[in-house]
Amino acid sequence: MGNHKKYWKSEIELSSDDKMIDDIKNKEFVDKLPSDLFLSDQKHLQNTNTNRRDFLKYLGFSTAAATLASCEGPVNRSIPYVVQPERIIPGIANYYATSIADGYDFANVLVKTREGRPIKIENNSKAEVKSSANARVQASVLSMYDSLRLKGPMHEGKETNWNELNKNIIDELESMKVNNSPVVLLTQTFASPSTSKIIKDFKRKYPNVKHIIYDAISESTALDAFEIAYGQRALPSYDFSYADVIVSVGADFLGDWQGGGHDLGYVKGRIPMKDKKNKAKMSKHFQLESNMTISGANADKRIMLTPTQQKIALAKIYGYISGYSVSTKLPENIDLSIKKVAESLIKAGEKGIIITGIDDVDAHLLTYAINDLLGSLSYKKDELSLIRKGNDKEVLKLIKDLNNGEVKGIIMCGVNPVYTLANSDDFISGIKKANFSVCFSMKNDETAGTSKWVAATPHYFESWGDNEMVSSNYSLTQPTIRPLFDTMQFQDCLLKWMDSDMNFYDFIKDNWETNILNNTGWNQALHDGVFKSKDKKQIKKLSYNYNVSANKLSSSESLGLELVLYSKTGLGDGQQANNPWLQEFPDPITRVSWDNYLTVSKSDAKELGLKNYNVSNGALDSNYANITAKGISLKVPVIIQPGQAKGSVGLAFGYGKTNAMKKEMQVGVNAYRLYHNFNSFQSVEIESSDDNHEFACVQLHNTLMGRGDIIKETNLEIFNTKDVEKWNSVTKVSLNHIETPVNSPDVDIWDEFDRSIGHHFNLSIDLNACTGCGACVIACHAENNVPVVGKTEVRRSRDMHWLRIDRYYSSKDSFEEDNNKKDAISGLSDSLSVFGEMEEPSTNPQVVFQPVMCQHCNHAPCETVCPVAATSHGRQGQNHMAYNRCVGTRYCANNCPYKVRRFNWFLYNNNDEFDFNMNDDLGKMVLNPDVVVRSRGVMEKCSFCIQSTQAVILKAKREGRTVNKGEFNDTCACSAACSTGAMKFGDINDKESEVSVLKESDRVYHLLESVGTKPNVFYHVKVRNTDET
Amino acid sequence: MTIFACILFLFSFNISAQDPDIAKGKSLFNANCASCHKVNKKLIGPALRGVYEEHEKEWLYSWVRNSAAMIKSGDPDAIDIYEEYNKVAMNSFPQLSNEDIDNIFAYADYIPPKPAAVSTVSSNAEVTSSGSTNDVILILLSFVLIVLIILLVLINKTLKNLLIQNDLITEEKNNKKGIPIGKAFIQNEFLVIVSVVILLLSSTYFAFQYMLQIGVDQGYMPIQPIHYSHKIHAGDNQIECQYCHYSAKKSKHSGIPSLNVCMNCHENIAEYNGEEDLEKGYTRDFYTNEIKKLYKAVGWDENSQSYTGETEPVKWVRIHNLPDFVYFSHAQHVTVAGLDCQKCHGPVEEMEVLYQHSPLTMGWCLNCHKETNIKVKDNEYYTKIHEELSKKYGVEELTVAQMGGLECGKCHY
Repeated sequence: MGNHKKYWKSEIELSSDDKMIDDIKNKEFVDKLPSDLFLSDQKHLQNTNTNRRDFLKYLGFSTAAATLASCEGPVNRSIPYVVQPERIIPGIANYYATSIADGYDFANVLVKTREGRPIKIENNSKAEVKSSANARVQASVLSMYDSLRLKGPMHEGKETNWNELNKNIIDELESMKVNNSPVVLLTQTFASPSTSKIIKDFKRKYPNVKHIIYDAISESTALDAFEIAYGQRALPSYDFSYADVIVSVGADFLGDWQGGGHDLGYVKGRIPMKDKKNKAKMSKHFQLESNMTISGANADKRIMLTPTQQKIALAKIYGYISGYSVSTKLPENIDLSIKKVAESLIKAGEKGIIITGIDDVDAHLLTYAINDLLGSLSYKKDELSLIRKGNDKEVLKLIKDLNNGEVKGIIMCGVNPVYTLANSDDFISGIKKANFSVCFSMKNDETAGTSKWVAATPHYFESWGDNEMVSSNYSLTQPTIRPLFDTMQFQDCLLKWMDSDMNFYDFIKDNWETNILNNTGWNQALHDGVFKSKDKKQIKKLSYNYNVSANKLSSSESLGLELVLYSKTGLGDGQQANNPWLQEFPDPITRVSWDNYLTVSKSDAKELGLKNYNVSNGALDSNYANITAKGISLKVPVIIQPGQAKGSVGLAFGYGKTNAMKKEMQVGVNAYRLYHNFNSFQSVEIESSDDNHEFACVQLHNTLMGRGDIIKETNLEIFNTKDVEKWNSVTKVSLNHIETPVNSPDVDIWDEFDRSIGHHFNLSIDLNACTGCGACVIACHAENNVPVVGKTEVRRSRDMHWLRIDRYYSSKDSFEEDNNKKDAISGLSDSLSVFGEMEEPSTNPQVVFQPVMCQHCNHAPCETVCPVAATSHGRQGQNHMAYNRCVGTRYCANNCPYKVRRFNWFLYNNNDEFDFNMNDDLGKMVLNPDVVVRSRGVMEKCSFCIQSTQAVILKAKREGRTVNKGEFNDTCACSAACSTGAMKFGDINDKESEVSVLKESDRVYHLLESVGTKPNVFYHVKVRNTDET
Repeated sequence: MTIFACILFLFSFNISAQDPDIAKGKSLFNANCASCHKVNKKLIGPALRGVYEEHEKEWLYSWVRNSAAMIKSGDPDAIDIYEEYNKVAMNSFPQLSNEDIDNIFAYADYIPPKPAAVSTVSSNAEVTSSGSTNDVILILLSFVLIVLIILLVLINKTLKNLLIQNDLITEEKNNKKGIPIGKAFIQNEFLVIVSVVILLLSSTYFAFQYMLQIGVDQGYMPIQPIHYSHKIHAGDNQIECQYCHYSAKKSKHSGIPSLNVCMNCHENIAEYNGEEDLEKGYTRDFYTNEIKKLYKAVGWDENSQSYTGETEPVKWVRIHNLPDFVYFSHAQHVTVAGLDCQKCHGPVEEMEVLYQHSPLTMGWCLNCHKETNIKVKDNEYYTKIHEELSKKYGVEELTVAQMGGLECGKCHY
């Protein structure tokens, strides 16, 4: 190794004339310390009455007082139930099956409650559809304990009571009914059969009521297209596990496209399992897109296209497949790639699938047509997805009608149009003209602020409900806690307003027993949370001339720079913007937390004068872009995004909320302002501005620099044909001048412990199955009481996530080429220039996600350097961390090659400086009572969820049996949250366990194996299906 | 204690000598009647004392064996009683013989002779006073000793004075010319260093011992909102610990019983009739009053024998406080290890007021883990691992420590 390579932290170091570099080299503190500021303030200093003696007196007194006070223990009270519910045993968790349907996220989940408090969300494995909780759903448990929730109904900004509200609304409704003046119910998408029935009954009682469904982020064009093609306003569902070739034109289907949840099927086709002939198969994924999405990051072939090019490309693919000629308008190399895409689709036939995220009816029509032509098995048009029903045209008409005075009353539920509409000013002026307006909301948000009456609604954990997310797949929502506040459900109110003596629960039960359950038990359905009926929908294809659509699409023309609006994994449509877990969650692609920003390609940035730069402590800064679309301007910070198509920029929804938000959470800009006509493609003009913006980015180094022992990857052809040595070689070291693999016991300076007795926990992470969705990060947050530290602290690299998902870009077109390039370096001068080049991600890089948590090394470097033995190894393979023993030297963190240890720089609970959930009584209710809340000055890290592994062991002991097969599978919060199965946890001493089978795979490698730490976490080599193109 | 037992024995002998058999009546009453009747008070049914005089024997026999039939047949007395007690029909007891029923009513009418009870209290007092006499003797002895020492010093002084007055001491004067012992000590460096070191070490030791006691609340005995006597419940009445603290078997918490658990018994037990401790003021009225506090908290109306729904949860003072960073599971120790509660909580059945028996320090935990063997029997979980580990360590039975019970992460997370 002893060559003359030079390493550095930032590429700026290469330019020797940079003043900052000198500063960093010569001064310990680059930024001036604020001591001058304090001492130079003579006036203030002289005016203070505290002299040195007083200061010492105070110091002495307070020390003595504190010492005395600490001798006396506090008196703790224990208050038992008066009548204890039968099912609740203090200290034992109860689980309830329920489902979330907030209009944006729909999922069937299990809720873990302790002593009647919901504390965590888990996947409901009984559910056949939407069984995976994404990061937002995982975090929704904290949104219930939001201290800014509405505590009761309000009237014109003042508190009122429900009797008053109901009485007034009924009076209004009755008088409107007499006058036959129209009233509009503006709601989120309810996939709820019982709610639909109630609304139907409500409309029967009040015939002047019209129901309009509004999705903040619209799928209206897809719905319209499906209606044209098949005569029904719904969405088809997709199962990517049947696909050999997946083509996505601008659809982030591993993200939130059409409600998300497509990753399960997708990943099934992405894990190369060798068959008897030692050949593995996996699907091939083409992604044609503008922004870098997590779907694009997972794709085998990613083609960068601007929105207009996407439309033309889709038309051309249709042309190639249907034989209809679409006149070409694309650059030659793109044209060639698109032809290849089309050929692969044709070759795959029924095993091909194409989808699109373009907000254009014609685009969706073409994908439906192509899938029908292919006879695609993945395209499930008879299993309707019912979780998006919004109708843009009706919403736009409503705004007009409100302003015309044609609609005199409006009842809103689950929507926040004042925040989410591009033309929200029109909406506000309209709603002010209405005779009455009611807003059902959990928060006093923007819309609630403009509405006359605000009806406080419960969180879904406090509610009843039912769902039909995919046709014939029913699920129930049940309360898991008594309502915390004086709230009432929308459906209960509607029932009351139409003078029904039923409550919503009775209504659902009645509806299910008569219409859905088909003589199966209600209690069983409630227990399972889901019920599948055997009814099958028959969808008939209507005749339509798709060539017209192709013509329309192919004739689209670009008007300069195009903006692509998207939703981020963290905040989605922004409903949970006041959730600190989600704000602190780093975006999977940019790794920036607490912000949204304009993503631009490097060449566009250069042209427009947009910059990213690092300051002396490494933190990322940018200047601003003034971005204008249809007369509306926003000032947005900038991230230069590798993989962003030239001529396009991206901006995420969900930020810039101000009402009912804690101050720390009021970050970013509201991108809905540019969402004109519900089209996520907008042509924009951009000017740079010199103001400085500070980001909180958790990963400052974006490329791997050819370090193949961090991410090992290969392609399917090599994987299938070559020896393991070729694609998963172990680093060799010289032992007595003989090259010896680094994992051989001979080169180990430590004695190996015998770990064959008892349990030995291992975690398997399959890089092929990890889509980077981040559900594990939030699950870990919830399970382990990980504190939120806020933007400024994250900026100082003090984020506390026990589990991070590293994202790396390649600097050449692939990581493979990076590795080759690095290996070819010789001599100092070469290394300087070549490494300099490798710092720079490629314009269209390969991307890889790698979850990294404590690797629980069997030879842990952290353990040997702890001066107080606060971290030590258990026989079961876990690296223990005794917080109460830690004195905070941080030696362990410095000696950890994986940088997974987190230090509590401050007290993050009961501290007004960190006003997040751990600073108020309500927010603290989410804490897991089995895990201690750490204090200032101690180190913490992933524990392999030892509280859960111990709980499983204790259960087995108590029942006097061995641990059952698979019982350890879901003990780690991350592996339990991982719906794709990228993470598997278990006991490798149990030879039948899933994880010990996985450990035998030839794809297994350890992170930085050459360090010799012998981790208990192992990774699987990433295999890409890039052999054909 | 022995005196007390003797008296009890005499007392019971006394009872058994009577006719009909009151002891037998008592056990029959407890087994069959006590859930609805009391001897001297209304419960669900009427008080049984005096019933014998109100009704004829034959009527009573048939009523007890089958009251429903009597009501049906239209017996006016029977219907009166049925109406009076909210139309709750009495269970039938066909298995009771005439003699049994006689015994029950005899027990109900029996008033125990007073002097016997007085004697028990006084004997108790004697027992406790004997404990205090020991202390008195000790104090007296030490007092005598001190007096003796003072006397000796005084005698010595007068003798010396006598000697000086009589000019009998000459050597002493010579000595006085030498260096005084204090100065000599200071001049001897070795002695100074040794004594300073000893002083420092011993003061450090004591300081350290003192510091170790900070936060250790052994003997913590707070006053609780309701004077709940474990001695009466677990000791006198032999109620199993886990009848009330039932979650100790399943959960990490032993659980403070919810008030509905109290009411399982106290719906029937409205007053205290056991022993008293007059010296400390624990009279029957005192205890009965504590039961009333329970009724108030749980919202039980004694007169109507029903719940009012107005509750006031009891704010007990928590005695055993482990720091947050310690995970302790009762289930592991109670169910898996099969330990007695007393092992850590001490003689709870003798505690009139509950206190923290053990120090609950980590050293205390670990000592036990080092000494205690794992209960492997009948637990399949341990079979394999115990066999392998005991072979590895070359021992017959593994201690908790050898099984991994000293690992930090087993209790700290």
